[in-house]
Amino acid sequence: MSNVAALSHDDLRDLYRELILNHAREPRNFGKLENATHKADGINPLCGDKLTLYVRLDSASVIQDASFEGTGCAISVASASLLTETVIGLPVDDARSWFEYVTAALTSDADVELGKLQALMGVREFPSRVKCATLSWHALNSALDNDQNPATTE
Amino acid sequence: MSHAQHASESVLLDVRADFPVLDQSVNGRPLVYLDSAASAQQPKSVIDMVAEYQSHDHSNVHRGVHTLSHRATEAYEGARDKLVSYINAASRSELVLTSGTTESINLVAQSYARPKLGPGKKVLITHLEHHANIVPWQIVCEQTGAELVVAPIDDRGQLILDELKALMTDDVLLLGIGHVSNALGTINPIREIVGWAKERGITTVVDGAQGVPHMSVDVQDIGCDFYAFSGHKMLGPTGTGVLYGREELLEAMPPWKGGGDMILEVRFDGTVYNELPYKFEAGTPNISGVVGLGAAVDYLSNIGLDRVAAHEHFLLDYLMERLGAVEGIRLIGTADTKASVQSFEIEGVHPHDVGTILDHQGVAIRTGHHCAMPVMDFFGVPGTARASLALYNTIDDVDRLIEAVGKAKEIFA
Repeated sequence: MSNVAALSHDDLRDLYRELILNHAREPRNFGKLENATHKADGINPLCGDKLTLYVRLDSASVIQDASFEGTGCAISVASASLLTETVIGLPVDDARSWFEYVTAALTSDADVELGKLQALMGVREFPSRVKCATLSWHALNSALDNDQNPATTE
Repeated sequence: MSHAQHASESVLLDVRADFPVLDQSVNGRPLVYLDSAASAQQPKSVIDMVAEYQSHDHSNVHRGVHTLSHRATEAYEGARDKLVSYINAASRSELVLTSGTTESINLVAQSYARPKLGPGKKVLITHLEHHANIVPWQIVCEQTGAELVVAPIDDRGQLILDELKALMTDDVLLLGIGHVSNALGTINPIREIVGWAKERGITTVVDGAQGVPHMSVDVQDIGCDFYAFSGHKMLGPTGTGVLYGREELLEAMPPWKGGGDMILEVRFDGTVYNELPYKFEAGTPNISGVVGLGAAVDYLSNIGLDRVAAHEHFLLDYLMERLGAVEGIRLIGTADTKASVQSFEIEGVHPHDVGTILDHQGVAIRTGHHCAMPVMDFFGVPGTARASLALYNTIDDVDRLIEAVGKAKEIFA
Protein backbone atom coordinates (compact mmCIF):
# COMPACT_ATOMS: atom_id res chain seq x y z
CA MET A 1 0.00 0.00 0.00
CA SER A 2 1.38 3.41 -0.94
CA ASN A 3 1.82 6.12 1.66
CA VAL A 4 -0.95 8.15 0.12
CA ALA A 5 -3.37 5.26 0.28
CA ALA A 6 -2.28 4.52 3.85
CA LEU A 7 -2.94 8.12 4.83
CA SER A 8 -6.38 8.05 3.34
CA HIS A 9 -7.06 4.82 5.19
CA ASP A 10 -6.11 6.51 8.47
CA ASP A 11 -8.45 9.41 7.71
CA LEU A 12 -11.29 6.97 7.22
CA ARG A 13 -10.49 5.21 10.48
CA ASP A 14 -10.39 8.62 12.12
CA LEU A 15 -13.88 9.38 10.78
CA TYR A 16 -15.30 5.98 11.67
CA ARG A 17 -13.68 5.61 15.09
CA GLU A 18 -14.79 2.74 17.27
CA LEU A 19 -16.81 5.07 19.49
CA ILE A 20 -18.69 6.46 16.48
CA LEU A 21 -19.42 3.00 15.10
CA ASN A 22 -20.50 1.85 18.54
CA HIS A 23 -22.99 4.69 18.95
CA ALA A 24 -24.21 4.27 15.36
CA ARG A 25 -24.91 0.58 15.91
CA GLU A 26 -26.40 1.00 19.36
CA PRO A 27 -27.60 4.56 19.74
CA ARG A 28 -28.21 5.66 23.32
CA ASN A 29 -31.44 7.36 24.35
CA PHE A 30 -33.07 6.30 21.11
CA GLY A 31 -36.85 6.57 20.82
CA LYS A 32 -39.63 8.98 21.56
CA LEU A 33 -39.43 10.74 24.93
CA GLU A 34 -42.72 10.68 26.84
CA ASN A 35 -43.52 13.96 28.60
CA ALA A 36 -41.06 15.90 26.47
CA THR A 37 -41.37 19.63 27.02
CA HIS A 38 -39.48 20.51 23.85
CA LYS A 39 -38.91 18.80 20.55
CA ALA A 40 -37.70 19.65 17.06
CA ASP A 41 -37.12 17.91 13.76
CA GLY A 42 -33.80 18.02 11.97
CA ILE A 43 -33.59 17.39 8.24
CA ASN A 44 -30.53 17.16 6.03
CA PRO A 45 -32.04 17.33 2.55
CA LEU A 46 -28.80 16.42 0.78
CA CYS A 47 -28.52 12.93 2.22
CA GLY A 48 -31.97 12.37 3.65
CA ASP A 49 -31.00 12.29 7.34
CA LYS A 50 -34.15 12.88 9.35
CA LEU A 51 -34.39 12.95 13.12
CA THR A 52 -36.55 14.25 15.92
CA LEU A 53 -34.90 15.44 19.09
CA TYR A 54 -36.82 15.43 22.39
CA VAL A 55 -35.95 17.28 25.59
CA ARG A 56 -37.62 17.38 29.00
CA LEU A 57 -36.82 20.41 31.12
CA ASP A 58 -37.66 20.79 34.78
CA SER A 59 -38.88 24.00 36.41
CA ALA A 60 -35.29 25.11 36.99
CA SER A 61 -34.54 24.81 33.24
CA VAL A 62 -32.30 21.81 33.70
CA ILE A 63 -32.44 19.08 31.04
CA GLN A 64 -33.88 16.10 32.92
CA ASP A 65 -33.95 13.84 29.92
CA ALA A 66 -33.28 13.85 26.18
CA SER A 67 -33.77 11.38 23.36
CA PHE A 68 -33.96 11.16 19.57
CA GLU A 69 -35.47 9.02 16.87
CA GLY A 70 -35.12 8.89 13.11
CA THR A 71 -32.82 7.60 10.40
CA GLY A 72 -29.46 8.72 9.22
CA CYS A 73 -25.90 7.84 8.43
CA ALA A 74 -23.47 6.57 11.05
CA ILE A 75 -22.13 10.06 11.71
CA SER A 76 -25.50 11.72 12.28
CA VAL A 77 -26.84 8.90 14.44
CA ALA A 78 -23.67 8.70 16.54
CA SER A 79 -23.60 12.46 16.91
CA ALA A 80 -27.21 12.56 18.12
CA SER A 81 -26.54 9.70 20.52
CA LEU A 82 -23.49 11.46 21.95
CA LEU A 83 -25.46 14.68 22.17
CA THR A 84 -28.11 13.15 24.40
CA GLU A 85 -25.47 11.70 26.71
CA THR A 86 -23.78 15.10 26.88
CA VAL A 87 -26.75 17.32 27.64
CA ILE A 88 -28.78 15.22 30.09
CA GLY A 89 -28.39 16.88 33.46
CA LEU A 90 -27.16 20.19 32.08
CA PRO A 91 -28.83 23.57 32.62
CA VAL A 92 -30.25 24.90 29.33
CA ASP A 93 -27.65 27.65 29.14
CA ASP A 94 -24.84 25.12 29.37
CA ALA A 95 -26.43 22.99 26.65
CA ARG A 96 -26.62 26.02 24.40
CA SER A 97 -22.97 26.73 25.09
CA TRP A 98 -22.16 23.17 24.02
CA PHE A 99 -24.09 23.79 20.78
CA GLU A 100 -21.95 26.87 20.06
CA TYR A 101 -18.78 25.10 21.09
CA VAL A 102 -19.35 21.91 19.09
CA THR A 103 -20.55 23.57 15.89
CA ALA A 104 -17.64 26.02 16.02
CA ALA A 105 -15.12 23.23 16.67
CA LEU A 106 -16.36 21.07 13.79
CA THR A 107 -16.27 23.91 11.30
CA SER A 108 -12.86 25.36 12.14
CA ASP A 109 -9.24 24.28 12.49
CA ALA A 110 -9.11 25.37 16.12
CA ASP A 111 -7.52 23.00 18.59
CA VAL A 112 -10.26 22.39 21.13
CA GLU A 113 -11.03 19.83 23.79
CA LEU A 114 -14.47 18.23 23.44
CA GLY A 115 -14.15 15.30 25.78
CA LYS A 116 -16.11 12.33 24.46
CA LEU A 117 -17.37 14.46 21.58
CA GLN A 118 -13.78 14.59 20.38
CA ALA A 119 -14.71 11.43 18.47
CA LEU A 120 -16.63 13.63 16.03
CA MET A 121 -13.56 15.60 15.06
CA GLY A 122 -12.78 13.17 12.24
CA VAL A 123 -15.41 14.92 10.10
CA ARG A 124 -13.18 17.97 9.79
CA GLU A 125 -11.28 16.12 7.05
CA PHE A 126 -14.59 15.42 5.27
CA PRO A 127 -16.29 18.73 4.50
CA SER A 128 -19.33 17.01 3.00
CA ARG A 129 -19.96 15.21 6.29
CA VAL A 130 -19.76 18.11 8.74
CA LYS A 131 -23.49 18.69 8.35
CA CYS A 132 -24.21 15.12 9.40
CA ALA A 133 -22.37 15.72 12.66
CA THR A 134 -24.01 19.06 13.42
CA LEU A 135 -27.60 18.19 12.46
CA SER A 136 -28.71 16.98 15.89
CA TRP A 137 -27.10 20.00 17.55
CA HIS A 138 -29.10 22.34 15.32
CA ALA A 139 -32.21 20.36 16.21
CA LEU A 140 -31.39 20.75 19.91
CA ASN A 141 -31.08 24.49 19.49
CA SER A 142 -34.42 24.64 17.64
CA ALA A 143 -36.09 22.52 20.31
CA LEU A 144 -34.87 24.83 23.06
CA ASP A 145 -36.08 27.81 20.99
CA ASN A 146 -39.48 26.11 20.57
CA ASP A 147 -38.96 26.58 16.83
CA GLN A 148 -41.72 24.74 14.94
CA ASN A 149 -39.81 24.65 11.65
CA PRO A 150 -37.50 21.68 11.05
CA ALA A 151 -33.86 22.53 11.72
CA THR A 152 -31.59 22.19 8.72
CA THR A 153 -27.89 22.54 8.41
CA GLU A 154 -28.17 24.86 5.41
CA MET B 1 -14.12 -14.11 -12.04
CA SER B 2 -11.76 -12.92 -14.72
CA HIS B 3 -13.17 -10.61 -17.32
CA ALA B 4 -11.24 -12.59 -19.92
CA GLN B 5 -13.89 -15.27 -19.51
CA HIS B 6 -16.39 -13.06 -21.26
CA ALA B 7 -16.53 -14.04 -24.89
CA SER B 8 -18.28 -10.83 -25.91
CA GLU B 9 -15.61 -8.56 -24.47
CA SER B 10 -14.87 -7.33 -27.96
CA VAL B 11 -17.94 -5.09 -27.70
CA LEU B 12 -16.02 -2.89 -25.27
CA LEU B 13 -15.06 0.59 -26.44
CA ASP B 14 -11.74 2.17 -25.56
CA VAL B 15 -12.49 5.90 -25.24
CA ARG B 16 -11.45 6.78 -21.71
CA ALA B 17 -8.54 8.86 -23.03
CA ASP B 18 -11.00 11.15 -24.84
CA PHE B 19 -12.21 12.48 -21.47
CA PRO B 20 -9.62 14.76 -19.86
CA VAL B 21 -11.32 14.91 -16.46
CA LEU B 22 -10.81 11.18 -15.97
CA ASP B 23 -7.04 11.62 -16.09
CA GLN B 24 -6.59 12.49 -12.42
CA SER B 25 -6.22 11.00 -8.98
CA VAL B 26 -8.76 11.52 -6.22
CA ASN B 27 -7.64 10.81 -2.68
CA GLY B 28 -4.49 9.17 -3.98
CA ARG B 29 -6.15 6.77 -6.41
CA PRO B 30 -6.94 7.09 -10.12
CA LEU B 31 -10.44 8.48 -10.46
CA VAL B 32 -13.23 5.99 -11.14
CA TYR B 33 -16.28 7.96 -12.23
CA LEU B 34 -19.52 6.02 -11.74
CA ASP B 35 -21.93 8.94 -11.47
CA SER B 36 -22.77 9.65 -15.09
CA ALA B 37 -26.51 9.38 -14.45
CA ALA B 38 -26.16 12.52 -12.33
CA SER B 39 -23.98 14.27 -14.90
CA ALA B 40 -21.79 12.77 -17.59
CA GLN B 41 -18.25 13.90 -18.34
CA GLN B 42 -17.40 15.71 -21.56
CA PRO B 43 -15.02 14.54 -24.28
CA LYS B 44 -12.22 16.86 -25.33
CA SER B 45 -14.05 17.58 -28.58
CA VAL B 46 -16.92 19.17 -26.64
CA ILE B 47 -14.62 21.16 -24.36
CA ASP B 48 -12.61 22.35 -27.37
CA MET B 49 -15.72 23.26 -29.33
CA VAL B 50 -17.01 25.47 -26.51
CA ALA B 51 -13.59 27.12 -26.12
CA GLU B 52 -13.32 27.62 -29.87
CA TYR B 53 -16.75 29.21 -30.04
CA GLN B 54 -16.02 31.50 -27.08
CA SER B 55 -12.57 32.38 -28.44
CA HIS B 56 -13.58 33.22 -32.00
CA ASP B 57 -17.29 33.34 -32.74
CA HIS B 58 -19.28 34.52 -29.76
CA SER B 59 -22.02 37.08 -30.14
CA ASN B 60 -25.77 37.02 -29.65
CA VAL B 61 -27.86 34.88 -31.99
CA HIS B 62 -30.63 35.93 -34.38
CA ARG B 63 -29.92 39.60 -33.75
CA GLY B 64 -27.15 41.27 -35.67
CA VAL B 65 -26.00 41.69 -39.24
CA HIS B 66 -22.37 41.62 -38.22
CA THR B 67 -20.08 38.68 -38.88
CA LEU B 68 -19.82 37.33 -35.35
CA SER B 69 -23.57 37.35 -34.84
CA HIS B 70 -23.90 35.46 -38.10
CA ARG B 71 -21.29 32.89 -37.03
CA ALA B 72 -22.90 32.45 -33.62
CA THR B 73 -26.30 31.93 -35.22
CA GLU B 74 -24.87 29.39 -37.67
CA ALA B 75 -23.18 27.46 -34.87
CA TYR B 76 -26.27 27.51 -32.66
CA GLU B 77 -28.71 26.54 -35.39
CA GLY B 78 -26.26 23.96 -36.72
CA ALA B 79 -26.35 22.28 -33.33
CA ARG B 80 -30.15 22.29 -33.45
CA ASP B 81 -30.02 20.49 -36.80
CA LYS B 82 -27.72 17.85 -35.33
CA LEU B 83 -30.18 17.28 -32.49
CA VAL B 84 -33.07 17.02 -34.95
CA SER B 85 -31.23 14.17 -36.69
CA TYR B 86 -30.12 12.61 -33.41
CA ILE B 87 -33.71 11.93 -32.31
CA ASN B 88 -35.21 11.87 -35.82
CA ALA B 89 -37.66 14.73 -35.30
CA ALA B 90 -39.72 15.47 -38.42
CA SER B 91 -38.48 19.05 -38.66
CA ARG B 92 -36.47 21.71 -36.84
CA SER B 93 -39.76 23.39 -35.86
CA GLU B 94 -40.28 20.51 -33.48
CA LEU B 95 -37.04 20.95 -31.60
CA VAL B 96 -37.21 23.57 -28.84
CA LEU B 97 -33.94 24.28 -27.05
CA THR B 98 -34.34 24.63 -23.28
CA SER B 99 -32.16 24.66 -20.18
CA GLY B 100 -32.77 20.95 -19.60
CA THR B 101 -35.32 18.21 -19.04
CA THR B 102 -36.82 20.04 -16.07
CA GLU B 103 -37.60 23.15 -18.07
CA SER B 104 -38.90 21.08 -20.96
CA ILE B 105 -41.42 19.23 -18.79
CA ASN B 106 -42.50 22.41 -17.01
CA LEU B 107 -43.06 23.99 -20.41
CA VAL B 108 -45.44 21.19 -21.42
CA ALA B 109 -47.19 21.29 -18.03
CA GLN B 110 -47.83 25.03 -18.17
CA SER B 111 -48.30 25.70 -21.86
CA TYR B 112 -49.93 22.51 -23.10
CA ALA B 113 -51.62 20.92 -20.08
CA ARG B 114 -52.73 23.82 -17.92
CA PRO B 115 -55.36 25.23 -20.31
CA LYS B 116 -56.78 21.75 -20.90
CA LEU B 117 -56.92 20.53 -17.29
CA GLY B 118 -59.59 21.07 -14.69
CA PRO B 119 -61.70 19.23 -12.12
CA GLY B 120 -62.61 15.77 -13.38
CA LYS B 121 -59.46 15.53 -15.53
CA LYS B 122 -56.40 13.45 -14.69
CA VAL B 123 -52.67 13.42 -15.27
CA LEU B 124 -51.18 9.92 -15.19
CA ILE B 125 -47.54 9.35 -14.17
CA THR B 126 -45.68 6.32 -12.76
CA HIS B 127 -44.03 5.40 -9.48
CA LEU B 128 -40.65 5.33 -11.24
CA GLU B 129 -40.49 9.02 -12.09
CA HIS B 130 -37.76 11.51 -11.26
CA HIS B 131 -38.99 14.53 -9.29
CA ALA B 132 -38.79 16.56 -12.52
CA ASN B 133 -41.57 14.38 -13.93
CA ILE B 134 -43.65 14.53 -10.73
CA VAL B 135 -43.58 18.04 -9.31
CA PRO B 136 -44.48 19.99 -12.50
CA TRP B 137 -47.62 17.81 -12.74
CA GLN B 138 -48.43 18.28 -9.07
CA ILE B 139 -48.18 22.02 -9.57
CA VAL B 140 -50.43 22.10 -12.62
CA CYS B 141 -52.95 19.78 -10.93
CA GLU B 142 -53.08 22.14 -7.96
CA GLN B 143 -53.54 25.10 -10.27
CA THR B 144 -56.42 23.49 -12.16
CA GLY B 145 -58.13 21.10 -9.75
CA ALA B 146 -57.13 18.09 -11.84
CA GLU B 147 -56.09 14.80 -10.23
CA LEU B 148 -52.64 13.19 -10.35
CA VAL B 149 -52.73 9.40 -10.72
CA VAL B 150 -49.68 7.17 -10.20
CA ALA B 151 -49.18 3.81 -11.93
CA PRO B 152 -47.55 1.15 -9.70
CA ILE B 153 -44.31 -0.83 -9.98
CA ASP B 154 -43.27 -4.30 -8.88
CA ASP B 155 -40.49 -5.31 -6.51
CA ARG B 156 -37.95 -5.51 -9.33
CA GLY B 157 -38.63 -1.91 -10.27
CA GLN B 158 -40.73 -2.58 -13.36
CA LEU B 159 -44.01 -0.97 -14.29
CA ILE B 160 -47.00 -3.27 -13.84
CA LEU B 161 -48.16 -2.88 -17.41
CA ASP B 162 -51.71 -4.23 -16.98
CA GLU B 163 -52.34 -1.76 -14.20
CA LEU B 164 -50.83 1.09 -16.19
CA LYS B 165 -53.11 0.23 -19.08
CA ALA B 166 -56.14 0.02 -16.78
CA LEU B 167 -55.38 3.52 -15.49
CA MET B 168 -55.56 4.95 -19.02
CA THR B 169 -59.19 5.99 -18.68
CA ASP B 170 -61.15 8.53 -20.71
CA ASP B 171 -60.60 11.31 -18.20
CA VAL B 172 -56.79 11.12 -18.50
CA LEU B 173 -55.44 14.04 -20.54
CA LEU B 174 -51.82 13.11 -20.46
CA LEU B 175 -49.30 10.44 -19.52
CA GLY B 176 -45.92 11.57 -18.16
CA ILE B 177 -43.45 8.68 -18.24
CA GLY B 178 -39.71 8.13 -18.11
CA HIS B 179 -37.95 6.29 -20.90
CA VAL B 180 -35.31 4.93 -18.49
CA SER B 181 -35.51 5.16 -14.68
CA ASN B 182 -32.68 7.27 -13.28
CA ALA B 183 -32.78 5.56 -9.88
CA LEU B 184 -33.09 1.94 -11.02
CA GLY B 185 -32.09 1.81 -14.68
CA THR B 186 -35.34 0.17 -15.79
CA ILE B 187 -35.97 0.62 -19.51
CA ASN B 188 -39.70 0.98 -20.04
CA PRO B 189 -41.28 -0.54 -23.18
CA ILE B 190 -41.95 3.00 -24.28
CA ARG B 191 -43.14 2.36 -27.82
CA GLU B 192 -45.76 -0.11 -26.65
CA ILE B 193 -46.93 2.13 -23.79
CA VAL B 194 -47.17 5.18 -26.05
CA GLY B 195 -49.18 3.06 -28.48
CA TRP B 196 -51.77 2.18 -25.80
CA ALA B 197 -52.01 5.83 -24.78
CA LYS B 198 -52.54 6.96 -28.38
CA GLU B 199 -55.35 4.44 -28.87
CA ARG B 200 -57.10 6.09 -25.94
CA GLY B 201 -56.44 9.65 -27.09
CA ILE B 202 -53.97 10.35 -24.24
CA THR B 203 -51.14 12.79 -24.91
CA THR B 204 -47.70 11.35 -24.11
CA VAL B 205 -44.77 13.19 -22.52
CA VAL B 206 -41.60 11.09 -22.30
CA ASP B 207 -38.79 12.05 -19.91
CA GLY B 208 -35.83 10.90 -21.97
CA ALA B 209 -33.04 12.29 -19.78
CA GLN B 210 -31.65 8.78 -19.22
CA GLY B 211 -32.69 7.50 -22.64
CA VAL B 212 -30.77 9.61 -25.14
CA PRO B 213 -27.29 9.07 -23.62
CA HIS B 214 -27.53 5.31 -23.77
CA MET B 215 -29.50 4.18 -26.81
CA SER B 216 -30.61 5.20 -30.22
CA VAL B 217 -33.84 7.20 -29.88
CA ASP B 218 -36.28 7.81 -32.74
CA VAL B 219 -39.16 9.98 -31.55
CA GLN B 220 -41.26 9.28 -34.63
CA ASP B 221 -40.85 5.55 -34.17
CA ILE B 222 -41.78 5.84 -30.47
CA GLY B 223 -44.74 7.91 -31.58
CA CYS B 224 -44.80 10.17 -28.52
CA ASP B 225 -46.19 13.70 -28.54
CA PHE B 226 -43.36 15.19 -26.46
CA TYR B 227 -39.86 13.96 -25.57
CA ALA B 228 -37.66 15.87 -23.10
CA PHE B 229 -33.95 15.50 -22.42
CA SER B 230 -30.84 17.23 -21.05
CA GLY B 231 -27.49 17.95 -22.67
CA HIS B 232 -25.31 17.23 -19.65
CA LYS B 233 -26.43 13.61 -19.35
CA MET B 234 -25.26 12.96 -22.92
CA LEU B 235 -21.70 14.35 -22.71
CA GLY B 236 -22.75 17.95 -23.34
CA PRO B 237 -22.61 21.09 -21.19
CA THR B 238 -25.00 21.75 -18.30
CA GLY B 239 -27.83 24.21 -18.82
CA THR B 240 -28.80 22.79 -22.19
CA GLY B 241 -31.72 20.60 -23.13
CA VAL B 242 -34.42 19.83 -25.62
CA LEU B 243 -38.15 19.66 -25.81
CA TYR B 244 -39.27 17.72 -28.83
CA GLY B 245 -42.96 18.24 -29.58
CA ARG B 246 -45.15 17.32 -32.50
CA GLU B 247 -45.52 20.43 -34.62
CA GLU B 248 -49.31 20.40 -34.58
CA LEU B 249 -49.32 20.52 -30.76
CA LEU B 250 -46.54 23.08 -30.41
CA GLU B 251 -48.27 25.30 -32.98
CA ALA B 252 -51.46 25.39 -30.93
CA MET B 253 -49.73 26.05 -27.60
CA PRO B 254 -49.37 29.55 -26.16
CA PRO B 255 -45.85 30.80 -25.34
CA TRP B 256 -44.68 29.95 -21.86
CA LYS B 257 -42.11 32.65 -21.25
CA GLY B 258 -42.20 36.10 -22.81
CA GLY B 259 -39.20 38.12 -23.89
CA GLY B 260 -36.82 38.80 -26.71
CA ASP B 261 -36.34 36.37 -29.59
CA MET B 262 -39.79 34.81 -29.18
CA ILE B 263 -41.56 37.68 -30.95
CA LEU B 264 -41.98 38.97 -34.48
CA GLU B 265 -43.48 42.32 -33.54
CA VAL B 266 -44.12 43.97 -30.21
CA ARG B 267 -46.61 46.83 -29.74
CA PHE B 268 -48.30 47.93 -26.56
CA ASP B 269 -51.65 46.97 -28.03
CA GLY B 270 -50.52 43.47 -28.93
CA THR B 271 -47.55 41.29 -29.81
CA VAL B 272 -47.06 38.84 -32.66
CA TYR B 273 -45.18 35.74 -31.59
CA ASN B 274 -42.33 34.24 -33.52
CA GLU B 275 -42.66 31.01 -35.47
CA LEU B 276 -41.65 27.60 -34.12
CA PRO B 277 -39.44 26.72 -32.40
CA TYR B 278 -38.49 30.29 -31.42
CA LYS B 279 -41.90 30.97 -29.88
CA PHE B 280 -40.70 28.95 -26.90
CA GLU B 281 -37.16 30.36 -26.71
CA ALA B 282 -37.46 33.72 -24.97
CA GLY B 283 -34.26 35.51 -24.01
CA THR B 284 -30.65 34.92 -24.95
CA PRO B 285 -30.09 31.17 -24.88
CA ASN B 286 -27.10 29.17 -23.62
CA ILE B 287 -25.35 29.56 -26.97
CA SER B 288 -21.95 28.11 -26.12
CA GLY B 289 -23.60 25.24 -24.27
CA VAL B 290 -25.78 24.36 -27.23
CA VAL B 291 -22.78 24.55 -29.56
CA GLY B 292 -20.99 22.15 -27.21
CA LEU B 293 -24.03 19.88 -27.20
CA GLY B 294 -23.80 19.76 -30.98
CA ALA B 295 -20.25 18.47 -30.60
CA ALA B 296 -21.48 15.87 -28.12
CA VAL B 297 -24.02 14.66 -30.68
CA ASP B 298 -21.20 14.37 -33.24
CA TYR B 299 -19.06 12.43 -30.79
CA LEU B 300 -21.81 9.96 -29.90
CA SER B 301 -22.96 9.62 -33.50
CA ASN B 302 -19.44 8.92 -34.74
CA ILE B 303 -19.09 6.05 -32.30
CA GLY B 304 -22.67 4.93 -32.88
CA LEU B 305 -25.36 4.62 -30.24
CA ASP B 306 -25.67 0.89 -30.83
CA ARG B 307 -22.02 0.41 -29.92
CA VAL B 308 -22.44 2.65 -26.87
CA ALA B 309 -25.42 0.57 -25.75
CA ALA B 310 -23.55 -2.72 -26.30
CA HIS B 311 -20.54 -1.48 -24.27
CA GLU B 312 -22.72 -0.31 -21.42
CA HIS B 313 -24.86 -3.46 -21.36
CA PHE B 314 -21.76 -5.61 -21.16
CA LEU B 315 -20.38 -3.57 -18.26
CA LEU B 316 -23.74 -3.46 -16.47
CA ASP B 317 -24.04 -7.25 -16.67
CA TYR B 318 -20.53 -7.58 -15.29
CA LEU B 319 -21.25 -5.06 -12.52
CA MET B 320 -24.52 -6.75 -11.48
CA GLU B 321 -22.88 -10.16 -11.49
CA ARG B 322 -19.93 -9.07 -9.35
CA LEU B 323 -21.86 -6.81 -6.98
CA GLY B 324 -24.64 -9.36 -6.63
CA ALA B 325 -22.06 -11.95 -5.55
CA VAL B 326 -20.85 -9.86 -2.60
CA GLU B 327 -22.30 -11.03 0.69
CA GLY B 328 -24.53 -8.48 2.39
CA ILE B 329 -25.32 -6.56 -0.79
CA ARG B 330 -28.88 -5.99 -1.88
CA LEU B 331 -29.33 -4.98 -5.51
CA ILE B 332 -32.22 -2.55 -5.88
CA GLY B 333 -33.71 -2.46 -9.37
CA THR B 334 -33.40 -5.78 -11.18
CA ALA B 335 -35.70 -5.29 -14.15
CA ASP B 336 -35.47 -7.53 -17.21
CA THR B 337 -34.35 -4.65 -19.40
CA LYS B 338 -32.00 -2.12 -17.89
CA ALA B 339 -29.56 0.58 -18.90
CA SER B 340 -26.39 1.74 -17.19
CA VAL B 341 -27.61 2.09 -13.61
CA GLN B 342 -27.37 -0.12 -10.53
CA SER B 343 -28.68 0.96 -7.15
CA PHE B 344 -27.62 -1.08 -4.15
CA GLU B 345 -27.49 -1.24 -0.41
CA ILE B 346 -24.79 -2.64 1.86
CA GLU B 347 -26.43 -4.31 4.82
CA GLY B 348 -25.96 -2.24 7.95
CA VAL B 349 -24.22 0.66 6.22
CA HIS B 350 -26.08 3.88 5.43
CA PRO B 351 -25.67 4.94 1.77
CA HIS B 352 -24.08 8.23 2.79
CA ASP B 353 -21.33 6.38 4.64
CA VAL B 354 -20.85 4.12 1.61
CA GLY B 355 -20.41 7.23 -0.55
CA THR B 356 -17.74 8.71 1.72
CA ILE B 357 -15.77 5.48 1.99
CA LEU B 358 -15.86 4.90 -1.77
CA ASP B 359 -14.87 8.50 -2.48
CA HIS B 360 -11.88 8.04 -0.24
CA GLN B 361 -10.73 5.31 -2.57
CA GLY B 362 -11.25 7.47 -5.62
CA VAL B 363 -14.58 5.92 -6.60
CA ALA B 364 -17.32 8.47 -7.29
CA ILE B 365 -20.89 7.20 -6.96
CA ARG B 366 -24.16 8.91 -6.12
CA THR B 367 -25.77 8.27 -2.77
CA GLY B 368 -29.14 9.42 -1.55
CA HIS B 369 -32.62 9.55 -3.01
CA HIS B 370 -31.61 10.34 -6.62
CA CYS B 371 -34.47 12.85 -6.92
CA ALA B 372 -36.83 9.90 -6.82
CA MET B 373 -38.07 9.79 -3.20
CA PRO B 374 -41.21 7.74 -4.05
CA VAL B 375 -38.96 4.99 -5.46
CA MET B 376 -36.94 4.99 -2.21
CA ASP B 377 -40.16 4.78 -0.17
CA PHE B 378 -41.33 1.85 -2.30
CA PHE B 379 -38.18 -0.11 -1.49
CA GLY B 380 -38.27 1.00 2.15
CA VAL B 381 -34.85 2.66 2.11
CA PRO B 382 -33.80 6.23 2.98
CA GLY B 383 -31.64 6.21 -0.11
CA THR B 384 -29.37 3.94 -2.08
CA ALA B 385 -25.83 3.87 -3.34
CA ARG B 386 -25.97 4.11 -7.12
CA ALA B 387 -23.29 3.27 -9.62
CA SER B 388 -24.03 4.51 -13.12
CA LEU B 389 -22.06 3.75 -16.24
CA ALA B 390 -21.17 5.58 -19.42
CA LEU B 391 -19.25 4.70 -22.54
CA TYR B 392 -15.92 5.72 -20.93
CA ASN B 393 -16.15 3.24 -18.06
CA THR B 394 -14.06 0.09 -18.04
CA ILE B 395 -13.88 -3.38 -16.53
CA ASP B 396 -11.23 -1.98 -14.20
CA ASP B 397 -13.69 0.66 -12.97
CA VAL B 398 -16.13 -2.07 -11.94
CA ASP B 399 -13.34 -4.03 -10.24
CA ARG B 400 -12.35 -0.92 -8.29
CA LEU B 401 -15.98 -0.45 -7.21
CA ILE B 402 -16.10 -4.01 -5.88
CA GLU B 403 -12.81 -3.52 -4.04
CA ALA B 404 -14.08 -0.26 -2.48
CA VAL B 405 -17.34 -1.88 -1.42
CA GLY B 406 -15.24 -4.51 0.33
CA LYS B 407 -13.49 -1.73 2.25
CA ALA B 408 -16.84 -0.27 3.35
CA LYS B 409 -17.91 -3.68 4.63
CA GLU B 410 -14.59 -4.07 6.46
CA ILE B 411 -14.90 -0.72 8.26
CA PHE B 412 -18.44 -1.46 9.36
CA ALA B 413 -17.83 -5.14 10.09
